[in-house]
Amino acid sequence: MQGISRLPRPVLFTFVLLALVAPLIAYPVFLMKLLCWALLAASLNLLVGHVGLLSFGHAMFFGSAAYITAHALKVWSFEPLLAVLLGSAFAAFIGLVGGLLAIRRLGTAFSMITLAIAQLVFFLALRAPFTGGEDGIQDVPRGKLLGLLPLANDTTLYYVILAAVAFGFWLIYRTVNSPFGHVLTAIRDSEARAISLGYRANQYKLVAYVLSSALAGLAGSLKALVFQIATLTDVSWTTSGEALLMVIVGGVQTLAGPLVGALIVVSMQNYFASFAEVVLMLQGAVFILVVLLFRRGVVGEWQAWQQRRTARAHTKT
Amino acid sequence: MNIFDIPASALIGQLLVGLINGSFYALLSLGLAIIYGLLHIVNFAHGAQYMLGAFIAWALLEYLGIGYWWALLLVPLITAGIGIVIERSMLRRLHGLDPVYALLLTFGIALLLEGAFRLKFGATGQPYASPIEGGIKLPFAFLPAYRVWVIVFSMVVCFATWWFVERTRFGAYLRAAHENPALVRTFGIRVPLLLTLTYGLGVGLAGLGGVMAAPIYQVNPLMGSNLIVVVFAVVVIGGMGSILGSIFAGFGLGVVEGLTRLLAPDYAGIVVFIVMLLVLAFKPAGLFGRGDH
Repeated sequence: MQGISRLPRPVLFTFVLLALVAPLIAYPVFLMKLLCWALLAASLNLLVGHVGLLSFGHAMFFGSAAYITAHALKVWSFEPLLAVLLGSAFAAFIGLVGGLLAIRRLGTAFSMITLAIAQLVFFLALRAPFTGGEDGIQDVPRGKLLGLLPLANDTTLYYVILAAVAFGFWLIYRTVNSPFGHVLTAIRDSEARAISLGYRANQYKLVAYVLSSALAGLAGSLKALVFQIATLTDVSWTTSGEALLMVIVGGVQTLAGPLVGALIVVSMQNYFASFAEVVLMLQGAVFILVVLLFRRGVVGEWQAWQQRRTARAHTKT
Repeated sequence: MNIFDIPASALIGQLLVGLINGSFYALLSLGLAIIYGLLHIVNFAHGAQYMLGAFIAWALLEYLGIGYWWALLLVPLITAGIGIVIERSMLRRLHGLDPVYALLLTFGIALLLEGAFRLKFGATGQPYASPIEGGIKLPFAFLPAYRVWVIVFSMVVCFATWWFVERTRFGAYLRAAHENPALVRTFGIRVPLLLTLTYGLGVGLAGLGGVMAAPIYQVNPLMGSNLIVVVFAVVVIGGMGSILGSIFAGFGLGVVEGLTRLLAPDYAGIVVFIVMLLVLAFKPAGLFGRGDH
């Protein structure tokens, strides 16, 4: 499969319209949570689906960016855009350092290494002087965007978050469909062949990894802005696992998959909010079911069904 | 008596704690290595299966009055049986697919098990009485007998497993099936059965670790997930799929962690991960590894 197929125009149009009127129908904070998680899942999907690297440690980017943004907003009184950019940049930096080491190993070893590095980041977040230990950083002010637009109102903030997340998705879409993205796909399908064609596979993978970590960081920074809090949960391996669950449930290698996956997983969390154990069990069960029964995920299965239908229509005529 | 200004009793104490933790690192990474070696999958449920072993030992004592020594025999068999069922009913279907699917599946199993036990038992631990009381009194330290037993027994189990895989006929089949499964099948050896038994063996080792851990740490639903990430780092340091690598890295890192707790307590929680990064930087295949396939 080459890149992500372009969404049909009516579907894209409906999406945009839905996103714009959504705060009238649903609770804006829920929508913003959904968007942040969808961006995190999409950043992971870029690696899992298009580079074939199963990163098990995306919480380290999400969480550390949330800490940096929260600290910049609260202690340094940064302007929100700058604080968010700083968070993403920090995540990209961790991605560069971690990536240099992790990229050297293939397949499942890569997953284990990213998980272990993420655990290191978790311990650092637990111990670092500015992270507030078990309490995290709380009561983060949202500030005024560019010094002009106050973000305290949830509906105002929703449109800002929507714009930022849409930018993230657009960037992923452009990357995957660029010549660079095609080389990544070639490396995923056969690394040896890509190398024999003269591509430095590891450099390509590293750039993709850093890009993905920056986007995961963007998601974490936005999350800190929305919920006005950065905690250890954001850097914990359960967050990495949830992001992965969203990718798998929604469907790897699809643009809408992470959004659908996030919708399913976040709804599940909200519905059983007071039963953490039940959420854990459900997530486990969903992992098992999806891996055993529909590995293409919701969006992937839908696309396959559509293709079968058009194919049948063609044979009839 | 002082060595580098550190009281000998503290040194011995931390060495002992380090060796105890190392025993579990070694037992668990050994099971992971065996599974990875033949099935090429990372068994993410390994920590949960270790926790399951501890809970089965606890339940045997609580409900049936079966004590530690019988549990030491029964629990590995029961957990191995559970492993065999998991392999037959689920992992088998993923054979030939990208190994990340098996990793995700076992991750799902881990979440399901941990969630279920937390629902039933909460986050608090269940006590399990130590089967051996007393200890050995050295001039400057006291060694609890049960802890000494755990260190010695886990070393025996580790090297027996190594001997089994590297020196017996069955082990030779395993290694041959790892190199070239198609060829081994033409010799009339049932490779799918080997895969099932190997997974069972790995899970049984995790269960055995659980029984041995029960009297030391409390029997807690979180005990597996706390341990598994460290064990992953140990496996990467030792070299993926290397049996000797996981034994030496397991005990070695336990000791390194213990000494770090003495010299720089703040770094005790992360020293294993720092060692992992150093190993990746200078010897990416791990200390005993032969690189990726």
